[in-house]
Amino acid sequence: MKPYLRDKIPVGFEEIPDAPAYEAGYLVTKNAGWRNKRPVINSQKCVGCLRCYMYCPDGVIYKKDGKVDIDYDFCKGCEICRKVCKIGAIEMEAEK
Amino acid sequence: MALNAKTLSDEEYFYGHKACAGCGGSLAVRMALKVLGENSVAVLPAGCMSAVGFNFPQLCFSNNAIISTFAGTASMLTGIEAGLRAQGITDFHAVGFAGDGGTADIGIQALSGAIDRNDNIIYICYDNEAYMNTGIQKSSLTPFGARTTTTPAGENIRGNLRPKKNMFEIVAAHDIPYAATASIGYIDDFINKVEKASKINGTKYIHVIAPCPTGWGVATDETVDIAKEVVDCGLWYLAEYEDGGYKLNYRPKKFTDAADYLKRQGRFKHLTDDDIDIIKASRDKKWAYIDKNFK
Repeated sequence: MKPYLRDKIPVGFEEIPDAPAYEAGYLVTKNAGWRNKRPVINSQKCVGCLRCYMYCPDGVIYKKDGKVDIDYDFCKGCEICRKVCKIGAIEMEAEK
Repeated sequence: MALNAKTLSDEEYFYGHKACAGCGGSLAVRMALKVLGENSVAVLPAGCMSAVGFNFPQLCFSNNAIISTFAGTASMLTGIEAGLRAQGITDFHAVGFAGDGGTADIGIQALSGAIDRNDNIIYICYDNEAYMNTGIQKSSLTPFGARTTTTPAGENIRGNLRPKKNMFEIVAAHDIPYAATASIGYIDDFINKVEKASKINGTKYIHVIAPCPTGWGVATDETVDIAKEVVDCGLWYLAEYEDGGYKLNYRPKKFTDAADYLKRQGRFKHLTDDDIDIIKASRDKKWAYIDKNFK
């Protein structure tokens, strides 16, 4: 299972269990606000070599129809994907 | 069949974490868990990966994961393995992810003990060459010349005075069933070593170089590139220890210039030509040893 954003975000102590353990893969915040540039995949150029998928530290690039797509909720804009793409199919665009 | 982008699991087990953009350590953890699967129990001591993975109640591991004491990664792995075995559970991997400080300084005794008992665990050291989580202090895996907050570079002392501890051969000297070195710049090599380790009975140790853009003073997009270059310039090597012998996995035909590798990083900017010659000489000495003793 991939950790995913939950609808319920605990805000008070009464909603947090007493035991020092919690449900696995429980995400309550995004990382989208970390970046000021976003990678954009040119699907015309992309050949589906999956190098960006393999080298993304955050795992936000996923396989889709033989090519790849990006989960922008958790992309931090590090640009590793752009750098490892040998055919230049990923470009950075300023966040507005 | 060798693992690659197509055969590797599509599932993500380490996701939404708060590691710095371009973090090499988080890539190592992510890929290792993709190989080992959801039945792996991850142990993380104090360090970057526990700090970024467990921001209560945000838990970025979807497999079972637990924070251990700083010194106790390997001993907690021992306990987890014994506990699950006692319950009759066999389909699991007890895997630890400790940083260079948590492995070579603080956790070395527990690791040595686990190897001595030959507990059936996988220990992965993600080596970013300093205590990055607490703000870049020198560890015993910090290379010669590197500037950290505890080995500052000035006129008289130019960064770290001591060479990097040879953790791979220290572990191998225990006659461990399997040990390997890797780099996130050669990710296919790394994931195949993790897979190989997962099929071996006994203690397994993988030492993976995982650059830290924040601590090394490089741009966030350079992590993978520099992790590849450190191997290409000969300052790190990809090897395995198995059945009592060393095996070299990759021999660069001709080393790229180590000065280029060093000078592109903020932590080595202060090095003089003489310092770089010292580093190159120690590299050549190391490779003479490797060529003689590694298959």
